[in-house]
Amino acid sequence: MTELLVPIVVATLAAGTPLVFAALGELVAEKSGVLNLGVEGMMLVGAIAAFAATVASGSAWVGVLAGMLAGAAMSFVFAVLALTLQANQVAAGLALSLFGLGLSAFAGKPLESVALQAPQAVPVPLLSEIPLLGPMLFSHQPLVYLSWLMAVLVSLFLYRSRAGLVLRAVGESPASATAIGYPAIAIRYLATLFGGAMAGIAGAFLSIVYTPMWVEGMTAGRGWIALALVVFATWRPARVLAGAYLFGGVTMLQFFAQGAGVAVASQLLSSLPYLATIVVLVLISRNPHTIRLNAPVSLGKPYHPDA
Amino acid sequence: MGAESPAPRLALRGIRKAYPAVVANDGIDLAVLPGEIHAVLGENGAGKSTLMKIIYGVARPDAGEIRWEGRRIEVPSPQAARALGIGMVFQHFSLFETLTVAENVALALPGERDLAALARRIEEVSARYGLPLDPRRLVHSLSVGERQRVEIVRCLLLEPRLLIMDEPTSVLTPQAVRRLFETLRQLAAEGCSILYISHKLDEIQALCHAATVLRAGRVTGTCDPRRETASSMARMMIGKDLPVCEHAEARTSGEARLVLDGLCLPAQDPFGTELQDIRLRVHAGEIVGVAGVSGNGQQELLRALSGEVTLGRAEAVKLAGVAAGRLHPGRRRRMGLGFVPEERLGRGAVPTMTLSENTLLTAHRAAGMVRGGLVQRARLRAFALEAIGRFAVMCGGPEAEARSLSGGNLQKFIVGRELLQAPRMLVVSQPTWGLDVGASAFIRQALIDLRNAGAAILVISEELDELFEICDRIAVMAKGRLSPAARTRDTSVEEIGVWMSGLWPGAAPDAGEAARAPAP
Repeated sequence: MTELLVPIVVATLAAGTPLVFAALGELVAEKSGVLNLGVEGMMLVGAIAAFAATVASGSAWVGVLAGMLAGAAMSFVFAVLALTLQANQVAAGLALSLFGLGLSAFAGKPLESVALQAPQAVPVPLLSEIPLLGPMLFSHQPLVYLSWLMAVLVSLFLYRSRAGLVLRAVGESPASATAIGYPAIAIRYLATLFGGAMAGIAGAFLSIVYTPMWVEGMTAGRGWIALALVVFATWRPARVLAGAYLFGGVTMLQFFAQGAGVAVASQLLSSLPYLATIVVLVLISRNPHTIRLNAPVSLGKPYHPDA
Repeated sequence: MGAESPAPRLALRGIRKAYPAVVANDGIDLAVLPGEIHAVLGENGAGKSTLMKIIYGVARPDAGEIRWEGRRIEVPSPQAARALGIGMVFQHFSLFETLTVAENVALALPGERDLAALARRIEEVSARYGLPLDPRRLVHSLSVGERQRVEIVRCLLLEPRLLIMDEPTSVLTPQAVRRLFETLRQLAAEGCSILYISHKLDEIQALCHAATVLRAGRVTGTCDPRRETASSMARMMIGKDLPVCEHAEARTSGEARLVLDGLCLPAQDPFGTELQDIRLRVHAGEIVGVAGVSGNGQQELLRALSGEVTLGRAEAVKLAGVAAGRLHPGRRRRMGLGFVPEERLGRGAVPTMTLSENTLLTAHRAAGMVRGGLVQRARLRAFALEAIGRFAVMCGGPEAEARSLSGGNLQKFIVGRELLQAPRMLVVSQPTWGLDVGASAFIRQALIDLRNAGAAILVISEELDELFEICDRIAVMAKGRLSPAARTRDTSVEEIGVWMSGLWPGAAPDAGEAARAPAP
């Protein structure tokens, strides 16, 4: 049993990691009141940028950096449209997703037949030698550890730091924040760029670690799931983590089920992780009180500092 | 107040600010002495808010100079204003609902990192100035009066030398107003100057040492309010005498048209209020007022009355003798119920539709507006024209968009639209909120005329003066309960004020706590 458990847990955590990055980034952006529906597009552009950079340089870390910058650049386009030019955030975000899909497919054409060697997992010294828990939790890709670190940092930032307090204040009422003297638009820019960078890392993880190759549209809707995660996790980082691993877990289970020859169409099985994640999260986020307390009040509303 | 005595703390000279459509301030002079409570008096749109924005660094003047303790200064931003020692308490609060009191205060104090230490300072200051506050509470669970205390404490922690109060009493009970005045007097005695923005003459007479009166962006006079009469200041403010409503003797013999019989409604959302056992009878030919600080169930009561929320028990709302609790708004309107909500744009009218299209929203049952499923545009236009003419609505005609009208004119139009349908029962919320004196008097008179014509009218308002002016009976809403209705001439502002904190004869004991929006 335990021989099977370790690979399942390891695979689950790996499958959930892109969602952790993308959803944490979107969470910060949304907490500042910016609804960026372009996560899927930012992930894809991050994925192809990371893949190309890794192929060119031979270093996965250069790839991750490239993915991060590419994601941030995409979100900058969104920020100019939605924050400076006051475009509708929903429309601008959808456009960004479509743009990212097309751009990454175009840029990735020459790289479709290239294969990469996945980087080696890095076991944490000492901790990875703990029986059972060691191989399950402490023998991962460096980016998996980074995702945990980011979850902790985002939590501390939002709920323990002054800057996080200001960010939440801007997300609730940019007008009031401006009246007290905070630069609401600049803060929203930073939050949006952070969201883009995190989506870029999520894409990089997919294309150079999870399945080390480039396939057009390889995010397969994970950007949309990340968006849903943020809402159903009622904007709380711990719940984002739980939701991401739930998705990862069901992804792995349906692989095992397919491997075991369960007599259900594989397309149906592949849709299970999406379905299960949303159903479970809807069920746990039914309490309207927690939603009212945690949802950024001015989410998605354009703000004109002069009005 | 001699001009040579101590140097003014703040002196404005020739301040001008023009916006594309209007000159908001034109050659404003103003001087505030140390420790002086200085009123800035004027109607809506007189330019008071713009002037305060300039002083507080939110807006920049086009011309003119600002002197602070004799020194000429620029105020580029609110931070700069605060650094000088200028604090401002906003009319529409700049608080964050999902944060605690201490977090809200911390946001305005740069460099404040230790929330526990800050909480202690908040408690100290609030005790010293008689402004009780719990720094750990979330703001959304506070009453409007408590929220104002947060704003004031936030300013006081910066140790201001000039405090700007923008219409601070518009949302307070009479008792809370008195307590606020004591706090302000204490502050002034300690040397803090106060700029007190208001259009309420009696308050200015009771509190202020000096007054500057604005009309249409210009100073029309300065005076010592303690030596003026209300009518002499009103003349400076509106350029003519205060209009007075004609109010005939109440006729309480009419049938009970609008009856609430044990209306209960659970809270619809976590920050809402539960309505408990509401009982009220409004007779034909009378106006009954519902007083109370907003957030005590008025919104919920309105929805239950209009039919936006239907009730489990049909008998809880009776319209002209018919149990209507389960009926939807359209059915209730057909029974003769008219309804004027407090939000003019978005609920009373569609902002981007023309006035004639907006008449269709509630008047489509009226004669011939819709024939064979098709809208009769000519009829709409005629109806809108009649509303515009009869209710003196200033607008670009029946094809003007609703959002292009000023608040007062749109309110006149909406009231006109309802009144032209000759409702047998009318429910009105905050009928004159944000309106100038002239438009307010007009609307009050229209309501009284409708009453005299035999309709039953329920007015929900936060303005006690207004209720005492037009109502035959007044009830009070506090914490989701409704007091008995007292006859206006047998009660007083003081008594209604006590009731507003939930203490009326026979009130349930747990309603006795200070009236606040109940925590969910």
